[in-house]
Amino acid sequence: MHERLNQWEFVWAALAIGVIGMLVMVVWSMVAMMRAERRRDKVRRK
Amino acid sequence: MHGFANPARFLRLARWLLPVLLVPGLVLSLGAIAWGTLYAPPDHLMGVTVKILFIHVPCVWLGMAGWTTIAVSSVVELVWRHPLAAIAARAAAVPGAVFTALGLITGSIWGRPTWGTWWVWDGRLTSFLILLFLYFGYIALADAAARDAAGGGSAGRIPAIFGLVGAINIPIINRSVVWWNSLHQPPSITMGRSAIDGTYLWPLLIGALGFSLIFGAVVLARMRMLLAQIQTEARLRRMAMD
Repeated sequence: MHERLNQWEFVWAALAIGVIGMLVMVVWSMVAMMRAERRRDKVRRK
Repeated sequence: MHGFANPARFLRLARWLLPVLLVPGLVLSLGAIAWGTLYAPPDHLMGVTVKILFIHVPCVWLGMAGWTTIAVSSVVELVWRHPLAAIAARAAAVPGAVFTALGLITGSIWGRPTWGTWWVWDGRLTSFLILLFLYFGYIALADAAARDAAGGGSAGRIPAIFGLVGAINIPIINRSVVWWNSLHQPPSITMGRSAIDGTYLWPLLIGALGFSLIFGAVVLARMRMLLAQIQTEARLRRMAMD
């Protein structure tokens, strides 16, 4: 049986998962860093 | 090297370096993916799925680079007792694990139209999956060791030993397609030689540079986060004792 696949669907899926995954990691790391530094500065002011 | 053992000096450098790495990293990686996707021609065997190369290969390289960072930092921690080495290793673990997971997922998506299957238990795929499990183990172990160290325990060097032992998997991943039969193709890029045409090679290399800069920026951000957490906990302990 010959399977006909739309190759572009696989390309877009891989690109979307790769790019979104990378961007989520970047945003998560920046937000976590800013939160931790804000908490440290708040504790220092006490 | 010990010049940056002072956290204040390191933080000054990290604050300056983070945007310098992050902004060009995002521009280069997203630009290279767009370039490769829109302008690289279809391959005569793989068709347009060859464009998955521009996301899959940098993710795989950085998955392995992440563990290499852990191993090098572990050596620096064990031999020179550099105070920031353990923090650098812990900071590299999460981005390394994310890139390894993305490499596995994008590779699986690439495998379906080219090999006819999402997954095979061959040397390359299995050793790379083991790398992901090693990352999970390292992250859990390093978190536990950090909590133990905060409580005055002595488990601080165990993650460094685990990081060094786990590094044995990196050459296995690299050589797996040479040592064992695999659906995965042999290495296309070796030291000073490439079997990839320039039409694909340039966007791939520029994308890999961009992803590497992002990796560096994320490691710096996570080092700043870990240092801030340590400083907060130390301050709270001092306040509790006063």
